Amino acid sequence: MINRKTLLELGWILPSIAIPVGMLVAVIVSAFGMMIHVPADAGTIQPAAIDSTPPFDQPGELRQVGPNEYEIALVAQIWVFNPREIRVPANSRVTFIATSRDVIHGLHIEGTNVNVMLIPGRITRQTAVFREPGEYRFVCHEYCGSGHHLMFGSVIVEET
Amino acid sequence: MATVSAEVTPEVRTIHRLTAAFIAVAIVALAIANVPALFQAFDRAGINLYPYARPVIRTYYQGLTIHGVMNVLVWTIFFLSGFFSFVTVYALGRPLASMRLGWAAFWIMLAGLVMALIPIFANTATVLYTFYPPLKASPLFYIGLTLIVVGTWLIGWNILQTWRGWRRDNPGERTPLAVFGTLATYALWTIASVGLAIEMLVFLIPWSLGVTETIDPLLSRTLFWFTGHPIVYFWLLPAYVSWYTMVPRLAGGRLFSEPMARIAFLLFVLYSIPVGLHHQFSDPGLGGGIKLVHTFMTFAVFFPSLLTYFNISASIETAARLNGGTGWIRWVRNLPWGNPAFTGQVMGMFLFVPGGIGGLTNASYNVNQAVHNTTWVVGHFHLTVGGAVTLTFMATTYWLIPYLTGRALWGRRLAVAQPIIFFVGMTIWSETMHRLGLEYMPRRTFLSQAPYAQGEWDLERILLLIGGPTMFVAGVLYFVIIIMTLVASRQPARVQVPLPRPGEEGSHERVPKLLDSWRPWLIGSVVLIAIAYLPVFTHLLRNVSSVPGFAGIW
Repeated sequence: MINRKTLLELGWILPSIAIPVGMLVAVIVSAFGMMIHVPADAGTIQPAAIDSTPPFDQPGELRQVGPNEYEIALVAQIWVFNPREIRVPANSRVTFIATSRDVIHGLHIEGTNVNVMLIPGRITRQTAVFREPGEYRFVCHEYCGSGHHLMFGSVIVEET
Repeated sequence: MATVSAEVTPEVRTIHRLTAAFIAVAIVALAIANVPALFQAFDRAGINLYPYARPVIRTYYQGLTIHGVMNVLVWTIFFLSGFFSFVTVYALGRPLASMRLGWAAFWIMLAGLVMALIPIFANTATVLYTFYPPLKASPLFYIGLTLIVVGTWLIGWNILQTWRGWRRDNPGERTPLAVFGTLATYALWTIASVGLAIEMLVFLIPWSLGVTETIDPLLSRTLFWFTGHPIVYFWLLPAYVSWYTMVPRLAGGRLFSEPMARIAFLLFVLYSIPVGLHHQFSDPGLGGGIKLVHTFMTFAVFFPSLLTYFNISASIETAARLNGGTGWIRWVRNLPWGNPAFTGQVMGMFLFVPGGIGGLTNASYNVNQAVHNTTWVVGHFHLTVGGAVTLTFMATTYWLIPYLTGRALWGRRLAVAQPIIFFVGMTIWSETMHRLGLEYMPRRTFLSQAPYAQGEWDLERILLLIGGPTMFVAGVLYFVIIIMTLVASRQPARVQVPLPRPGEEGSHERVPKLLDSWRPWLIGSVVLIAIAYLPVFTHLLRNVSSVPGFAGIW
């Protein structure tokens, strides 16, 4: 038996299910259709072994791995990024392979999908696409001690 | 006017002192937390006031630790401990199963709080309220916080025993909704707090004492967020208990649908725990697929809040129409806006709407990358715990403190204005924080001294400087009202507990048996937790990566 109250309740409940489901579909489409993903597991590394383990033995060295595709290693430590400045050509896909030497740091490159945690003992891998030339600032966004606000750097995207 | 469900016997009144003790500690914590809040608002605007805060607050980060711990851990948990104990005793009309245990819980929690505050003020625990290792605080900090959690377990156990006694004496009777909501809250909290307990007892405490040398930061973080998301429902559900059972009464009506309210509470038991990874989308070392599973679960836990939104709105409208309200929207005039206990809670509800919607954004897997660890997130949780929960708790004290002390509320008009001022300040500040987050402003950062922030975000920073101090003023007004009620109010209070009489909720609706039973929902909760977390912990335990700690780098 459906009375007015039940109708009202259904009229609310059905959209309450439909709207989140619609949003979930959008997330799934963007994840698997457009391949926009969050970091997955990229392995472990002991902080003491960073300087002797590739690619972290040469942080900041841009290595070409394909047409317009590059990789670069980055090490965060209190309170500086190594490297602080990264130069890449425009229209490139750059995979950042990063870790922390001490405490937890963050890495957020403005205007890109690189917004990740750098956890000591773990390797973070995330890819950014740089289309437009210009300067893209990156900052540490996880509290890491008294000099946290001093940790930043920039990606300079150069005209090719 | 309302009377409580059962007779108020002297035995029932034994709860008064305990509730008052908990709420007193909560309000003192809120007052302390309000001070660094003002310093932070100025810092975000580019003005460094910290030199004037010495020697009490030495750095921005120490002030932020005080602000976070005192607000989200002490204000919320001490308030709800007193509130839930009171609600259980009054709705069931019988004293706590053990008053002795009730007081033991209080003193354990207070001892824990003092233990945690010593290193916080000594600047040896400047690790913020998330205390992510390998930042290493004084052991007193971890032990103190653990004692507070132990206290919550004792209170949950005491409430459970009280309810069991009531059931024995009233076979076949339906549990009152207020107590049902209380039990649901403690059920989910007891399961959820296991993560934090393991993090503290197995990892952080032995490590901070020097028993173990190293720690796995990712494993600790994952245990933290196992508890760290559901803890927000531990803070929120006391507000929901008030919205479902007391707000309709304060408005002069009754709850629209009791079965719908019970479903909402049970869905929180079911869905609120297997969601923690939505705080860790940006973390390395965890698979992408399982992160998406946690997105699904978080969307599911949004649903009971949508039910609540409907049910409470309908209840308030029903009340307004019973008060003679008419028309599509004109009925809002027939609500008791002059009652601060009502107005404050409705202001909190308004803030919760954008808070909940923003929460869905945060939980949306890859969309999270646009906002993670930016001021967007800070804007979000100040709408929820800082807005909805805090305003509801404040408004509750506007009837509860007069009831407990027998003194009428001082400055009733001021008490009506107070939540409105807070609401305006929070709206301006929080909207700006959201927007700044989309413009990449990082959270938890001493921004006035950050080289990269100079000359940036200038327009929005003015808005933060309007909104933040407005909230600070509303906070000060709150303390003035409470203090003046305690010391200057001469009139006797004429307040009654706004709990419904038995059977009055939802107009004698029949409640299906499934909605008054616990086992299927608790089993469902454990099954969903297993689905969401077994793969995570199996993977982490197979890939342990421990590192040394860092103390005193702040």
